[in-house]
Amino acid sequence: MDLKERVERCLGSDALSVTEYRGDITVEVPRRRIITVLKKLKEAADLEFDFLTDLFGVDNLDLYKKKKKKKGDEEEAEKGAQEPQPPRFEVNYLLQSLKSNERLRVKIQVPEDDLEVESATVLWKAADWPERECFDMFGIRFKGHYNLKRLLMWDEFPDHPLRKDYPLEGKGEERHFPVCEF
Amino acid sequence: MGIEAYVGGGWLLTKAEQLINWGRSRSPWPLPYGTACCGIEMMCALAASYDMARFGAERPSFSPRQADVLIEAGTITKKMVPVLRTIYDQMAEPKWVFAMGACACSGGVFRTYSTHQGIDDIIPVDVYIPGCPPRPEGLLYALLKLMDKIKGDHPLRKKVVEALGASHGS
Repeated sequence: MDLKERVERCLGSDALSVTEYRGDITVEVPRRRIITVLKKLKEAADLEFDFLTDLFGVDNLDLYKKKKKKKGDEEEAEKGAQEPQPPRFEVNYLLQSLKSNERLRVKIQVPEDDLEVESATVLWKAADWPERECFDMFGIRFKGHYNLKRLLMWDEFPDHPLRKDYPLEGKGEERHFPVCEF
Repeated sequence: MGIEAYVGGGWLLTKAEQLINWGRSRSPWPLPYGTACCGIEMMCALAASYDMARFGAERPSFSPRQADVLIEAGTITKKMVPVLRTIYDQMAEPKWVFAMGACACSGGVFRTYSTHQGIDDIIPVDVYIPGCPPRPEGLLYALLKLMDKIKGDHPLRKKVVEALGASHGS
């Protein structure tokens, strides 16, 4: 049985969608069920995704915005803006099975008004720093993480710089520290 | 150049300042502070084929207390600013600084939220080395420039000015 069928059978109704693109399987699951799903994938005898390669956030802020090109398109663009937008953030989990060398991407949607996800550190210690990075860059909080503080930026940094509405040049944040005279 | 030329004469006359400058300019021990690809070029300049030791930069010192020249080779992120400043503060006088490469001089291509745009507002820089990254010859040229600068220094006069309470930072 191929991987797609095994994943569908393992997750049942938790698999909102299973898509294949150029041989890579992506499964989308409900946000509240993520730890249950990951545990199933890790422990199922015919899958055994025992290795967390990476975990990262995605900001889809501009993805669904329609571009205004001609005057005729403006009405359509406005209509598009009024339509309910899909959740802004995503968290992707890249899993690998060291037994069968198969890979799987697990995706959850995270809405902007409730940025809380269960931490995967209960299953993999490797989720520690990726989750801290994800919190640092996108502001997604991982519930149950034992040390959820910024990984890359300094502790007093006020923003989340990988969000699409954060300017590349920054907002003039500087790290302040005591200086001796020279 | 060397004092060997005078051996046999018995004695020689010079000024104390010149003697001090001569000593300092011919032993600028570097403190390598490589944070990016410039660090690779710096290692190359220190290693056998370019051999910075020919110019007296004999011993790369990994302790700031025993170094004279801080070679800041690479990008400085804003998170790293206090670290660089602390390293500089720990160096004993006299001390000099090279800003090696575009990132250290001006932030380079990284005009981003995380990169400090030039180290010269954290620590005083003596020689800027342009390039991305500069070739080892660039670093050697900077070393020669620094030797010239040290030769024009007034180490004793500075002490007098300090004793009078005037600032020497300018």
